Amino acid sequence: MIHLAQASDGFFSWDWVVNHLDDIWARTVEHLMLTAIAVVVGMLISLALSVVALRYRWTYSPITWFTGILYTIPSLALFAFLVPITGLSVLTAEIGLVSYTLLILIRNTVAGIDGVPEATVESARGMGYTNRGLFFSVELPLALPVIIAGIRIAAVTTIGLVTVTALIGQGGLGFFILRGLNLFYSPIGTTQIVVGTVVSVALAVAVDLTLVGIQHLATPWSRRRATA
Amino acid sequence: MVETEGNGVIEFLGDVLAWFGNPDNWIGPSGILNRLREHVQLTAAATVTAAILAIPPALWLGHRRIGGTFVVAVVNIGRAIPSFAIVVLFLPISIRLGLGIGFWPTFLALLFLAVPPMFTNTYTGVAGVDPDLVEASRGMGMTGREVLTKVELPMASPVILAAVRVAAVQVAATATLGALVGWGGLGRFIVDGFSVRDNVLVFAGALLVAGLAIFLEVLLGWVERRVVPTTLQSRSDVVESVVA
Repeated sequence: MIHLAQASDGFFSWDWVVNHLDDIWARTVEHLMLTAIAVVVGMLISLALSVVALRYRWTYSPITWFTGILYTIPSLALFAFLVPITGLSVLTAEIGLVSYTLLILIRNTVAGIDGVPEATVESARGMGYTNRGLFFSVELPLALPVIIAGIRIAAVTTIGLVTVTALIGQGGLGFFILRGLNLFYSPIGTTQIVVGTVVSVALAVAVDLTLVGIQHLATPWSRRRATA
Repeated sequence: MVETEGNGVIEFLGDVLAWFGNPDNWIGPSGILNRLREHVQLTAAATVTAAILAIPPALWLGHRRIGGTFVVAVVNIGRAIPSFAIVVLFLPISIRLGLGIGFWPTFLALLFLAVPPMFTNTYTGVAGVDPDLVEASRGMGMTGREVLTKVELPMASPVILAAVRVAAVQVAATATLGALVGWGGLGRFIVDGFSVRDNVLVFAGALLVAGLAIFLEVLLGWVERRVVPTTLQSRSDVVESVVA
């Protein structure tokens, strides 16, 4: 699209961008909020379901089966299911967005905690850790790199899906894409499509890099091991 | 048009059932059967074309084990571009190329979405074959071509098939958005339902789209288990692609 923008005038309007910086900023913040709520709520639900799956092993397969079905339903259809119930609202958008994070987050959380070495768990028990203490002070921190890897995928996926919620009256940067679609024959329209897309991709990259940074800070022991 | 405001859930579901029970909604150019045919045809065309474009070069590069960094970059960028944006972006591009609205922007967008996951999974599948195995094959006197077709390709087949399944389901899901750029398919019911505020139509369309996606996932998963030798089945872990 950059190639086209240069090859033919009348495809992209810098004037529009300069005149709408406030608007673009506001939609970016909205986009980030919709994403953050979805990932945080998704992580809390996933953590609870992962604890259930780790405690009662037989529940893991039905949990991943159900969240797998949610993940398979196309986003437009999932939002469409909810519209008759919750309307064209933020709630509809968030229920859909949270649904999509669950499979990835649960799989990574369970795999991360399963990956904690048996010897470490044994030592912690020997030191007198209770189940709860073991989970929060030993297993969860050691599983953090795998869990954060899941959060990265969930966050980047959610940022993309937020754009679809423009169709149900939300959308963050998807708002520009949808409005551009309605004006696609004009440079103003294509400009908005390109702006919505480019800023959304930039947001995904920025969030991904931020999460890499957070993982780096949150797991100092893996850094020390890497440099040793 | 059925007015659903204020009705209870039971009445609403009854209306949806009545919509499916009406033969007029099944036949004709905008009926369920024709929309389903359009959806399945485009999904098949885009998936097969993407496979032809993606798999051969990925096999070759994976065999030579070159371009690994490029593959990682493709996965990351591919995940970051919203499929909604891709479908919409291909509309002005298609018009500029003289291909118009409807089929072509949808088809090109689906290709753009399906090629990267198939390419990367095929690449990692082939490049990830145990180096000892490749070494042993060479030691037995196999040529590079034989190593690829008789060792690496069979070993990578679970990953490649899984990648095709993931891509096909994603293509079927994203094809729903084609209704926004003037194409038919099952997304038509949802998009039309939104524009005339007909929740029954929206819900019925959602059922059809979700049903097709789940059916496709189950069907291709079954084919995969039938085709792939059981000894290789644990290898079929693919890089999951974006939901559409």
